[in-house]
Amino acid sequence: MISRRERAAWGFVAPSLIAIAIFFVIPVVSSLLLSLTDFDIYALADLGNMRFVGLQNYERLLTNPLFWQAMKNTVWFSVLGVPLAIGASLAAAVILNARTIKWRPVWRVMFFAPYVTTLVATAVLWNYLLHTRYGVINWALTSVGLPAVDWLGNPDTSIPAILIFVVWKIFGYNMLIFLAVLQTVPDDLYEAARIDGAGPWARFTNVTLPAIAPTLLLVSIISVAGFFQLFAEPYVMTQGGPAQSTVTVLYFMYEEGFKWWNLGSASAVAFILFLCIFAVTMVQLAVSRRLGGDHT
Amino acid sequence: MIDRRAALGLMAGASLAGCGRNDGITRLSFWAMGNEATHAPQILPAFEAANPGIKVVVQPLPWTAAHQKLLTAYAGASLPDVSQIGNTWVAELAAIGALSPTPAFADDLLQDQFPAVLETNRIGGRAMATPWYVDTRLIYLRTDLLARAGFDAMPVTWAEWKRAMHAVKRVAGDGNFAILLPVNEFEQLLTFGLQGDQPLLRDEDTRGNFSSESFRAALAFYKSLFDEGLAPLASAAQISNVWTEFARGYFSFYFSGPWTIGDMKSRLPAEIQPHWTTAGVPGTTGPGASAPGGSSLAVFRSSPHQDAAWKLVRYLSDPAVQARFNVITGDLPARPSAWAAPKVASDPYVTAFNGQLARARAVPKVPEWERIVTEMQIVAERMVRGEFTVQQAGAEIDRRADRLLEKRRWMIEQGRAA
Amino acid sequence: MKPRVILLNVGVALIGLIVLFPLLWMLSVSFMSTGEAAVFPPPLLPGRWTLEHYRDLFVNQGMGRYMWNSFALATLATGLALAFTVPAGYAFAKLTFKGRDRLFQLLIGALVIPAQIGTLPLFLMLKSIGLVNTYAGALVPWLASIFGLFLVRQYALSIPDEMLEAARIDGASEGQIFRRIVLPTLTPILVTLGLFVFLGSWNDFLWPLIILTDQSNYTLPVALAALSREHVQDIELMMAGAVITVAPVLILFLALQRFYIRGMLAGSVKG
Repeated sequence: MISRRERAAWGFVAPSLIAIAIFFVIPVVSSLLLSLTDFDIYALADLGNMRFVGLQNYERLLTNPLFWQAMKNTVWFSVLGVPLAIGASLAAAVILNARTIKWRPVWRVMFFAPYVTTLVATAVLWNYLLHTRYGVINWALTSVGLPAVDWLGNPDTSIPAILIFVVWKIFGYNMLIFLAVLQTVPDDLYEAARIDGAGPWARFTNVTLPAIAPTLLLVSIISVAGFFQLFAEPYVMTQGGPAQSTVTVLYFMYEEGFKWWNLGSASAVAFILFLCIFAVTMVQLAVSRRLGGDHT
Repeated sequence: MIDRRAALGLMAGASLAGCGRNDGITRLSFWAMGNEATHAPQILPAFEAANPGIKVVVQPLPWTAAHQKLLTAYAGASLPDVSQIGNTWVAELAAIGALSPTPAFADDLLQDQFPAVLETNRIGGRAMATPWYVDTRLIYLRTDLLARAGFDAMPVTWAEWKRAMHAVKRVAGDGNFAILLPVNEFEQLLTFGLQGDQPLLRDEDTRGNFSSESFRAALAFYKSLFDEGLAPLASAAQISNVWTEFARGYFSFYFSGPWTIGDMKSRLPAEIQPHWTTAGVPGTTGPGASAPGGSSLAVFRSSPHQDAAWKLVRYLSDPAVQARFNVITGDLPARPSAWAAPKVASDPYVTAFNGQLARARAVPKVPEWERIVTEMQIVAERMVRGEFTVQQAGAEIDRRADRLLEKRRWMIEQGRAA
Repeated sequence: MKPRVILLNVGVALIGLIVLFPLLWMLSVSFMSTGEAAVFPPPLLPGRWTLEHYRDLFVNQGMGRYMWNSFALATLATGLALAFTVPAGYAFAKLTFKGRDRLFQLLIGALVIPAQIGTLPLFLMLKSIGLVNTYAGALVPWLASIFGLFLVRQYALSIPDEMLEAARIDGASEGQIFRRIVLPTLTPILVTLGLFVFLGSWNDFLWPLIILTDQSNYTLPVALAALSREHVQDIELMMAGAVITVAPVLILFLALQRFYIRGMLAGSVKG
């Protein structure tokens, strides 16, 4: 017999678990099923127009240059974006952690503020900051004698341009996490290193880095997953252009699904995206386990 | 300080939340795009005055999002009662059963129409939407720069036109170009493609025909305009203000439809006003063709207000109303009899459209068309960026079109599609 | 030593400037008259201050409506998310029931799955029960927040068992214990989670973009994205729209930043 306390416990968890089952688990599983059909706008009108097509959606995706382009772009976003964002976060955290910094709480909040702003609104804003002819960024470049850059108009610079915006927006988040960890590093360690004659760089690599290595890894896993899910940035800033250079996997899924209503094929994209994120997470977890083993 | 009007607007917005009021008034939701959405409210009061039980609520959509929004609304069962739709979307919306065909009592609306335009609205022999205004694209040009370059009229063949473009670019000076062909818009290349004698799709419109000799010629011409520095490699979003740039001479030829007449008149500075005009599209050997465009009025099957909706369509199709709307928007009336109205007939910018409409050539009526031309433009943009040769681009467009048409081939085999 | 200190502080101030400049520029441009910002070099301050764009947004573009939608949805999402996740989070931390640990392991595992995977079937599901283009449809994902459950559990673990046992000995029912002891203890994390959900819902884009198909239901981000396609060249108008969208969340965050940052660190470092 179930005890009174256990009944109460089920009462507490049931609403949440039911919601998770209906609105999360079932859709995720059906996504896999949907990806095996050619569900499209005709099927939306009449289910009789839907065919079970096996793995055809996957086959077609793998031979679709735009899908590969989206994959390539997404990988580029992550490969460039993760180190850039984490580097910026770490640099800001290390500087802010210096004892001689005044008004630290103010800076902390200020650096973090872009993170909570509305992505769409700030993306619109950066669209203008990055404007080729009237943008503030090109004005800054040209006033120090550098050539103006066609940031969002040139396929070679569109990804870096969006990344500048993304780094501005998110670096404060990981900075706070690094800062919290750095504050747990005892000052004695730095003192000892200083007495041993270590310069700032040596202190960073010998004291700071080892202290934050586990966090660094965790943060990079989360960041990769985050960069794999870029959507609103290209949607607002470039609509995937120029020359599809900023079409990300999620953007591709959105267009396939909700612009052209090929829900079958879009589900296949979603599933591939999931596999990618899952694989990256597994690799990083394995690495972290090995690193963790080294430390003990 | 936000004034009282703004505060009222805010409150009005909030109170709209309680839609579906039951006060005996039929609220017709009417979606319109761009220019038409801006100006439709000016002609609707007369309709509401004549039909006291009907109130029309206009919702504006940006053109770039309109097609997608209609499909989304169909999927979400939130279609309006009536909408302006692009002519080329009729087949698709009809295929999914969203449109209400013209009922018998409104048959007379199909009289007094341009046959080629009406044909694009007919699917399987039934009119699925009613032409509202017609348009076709032609060239807007800077006559002063053309004259300074030594041309006193718009050339009518591609070869001559290109010569003119080179001359204009020299006159306009460094950093400027001759023509604006936004690389994210398919209409320009499509117009070039229509100059050829071969159809764009083959085998009962179930396969692409973009490797045909005539389409390859169009691709080559399109590409050469970029290669020779006559057109900037830019998308529409990068030209922050078309009218300012046109006035500055950043480009002197601009592809657009009749809606731009109004914009040119209101947005160009006074000193440029005498120096622009409209002209027909050049062809390979003489005056060229272009696609019969325009918008139709669609009544959706899901609308519970069919009678009121058709009343609105009837009102907007009235030649007198269309003539008035032409004066406000520059839209060319769908009813030929409206063209006789003095204010329409006397507009010098409109005359070029007369000739261009006579040379209109229909595009294939398949639901996938919108997507095919989108893919065509994606490939074309890559071609001008140097990723494809003309030959490869034609083959690539064919490949993509064939893939998009696979379902259509299956549905035809199954007898599920017309 | 002294120059190094100055250098560091100047460096921090410089980062501060880079971080803050875009937001200040946005505010400044929103007060410029039409066309003023589209010149080179870009002006930093309005030549003539005007509120015309704010007026235009509210009077002609229906901004009031979108703001109301955003506000209503964010508030409802916050209430619902708390109602669903807080009891569950507490139960996973402090009550024992069969399969609790296995279930929790499963939920943790599911954190890896991005919610976007289920977007398409969820849309079809909601369509079949008529929830597309409704507030209810827009709110659904906030009910199924595994992260919120996890956050509450982490915090609830710190509630001393003795306190709960004492109440049980006094004859309090589990519901009474939850209301009288657990909820007050959890207040800080409730504020944090509420803040997360409110900001999350306010800033959310993909799901409202898909599910809210009619303009009258748009939230601010969706409306702003649509507006920006129509009014690319109207920089000043768009900046006013961005200010309206960003200001409420920024102010809310600044007012409650302690709760936000503490909760964020609790959620991520321990994870």
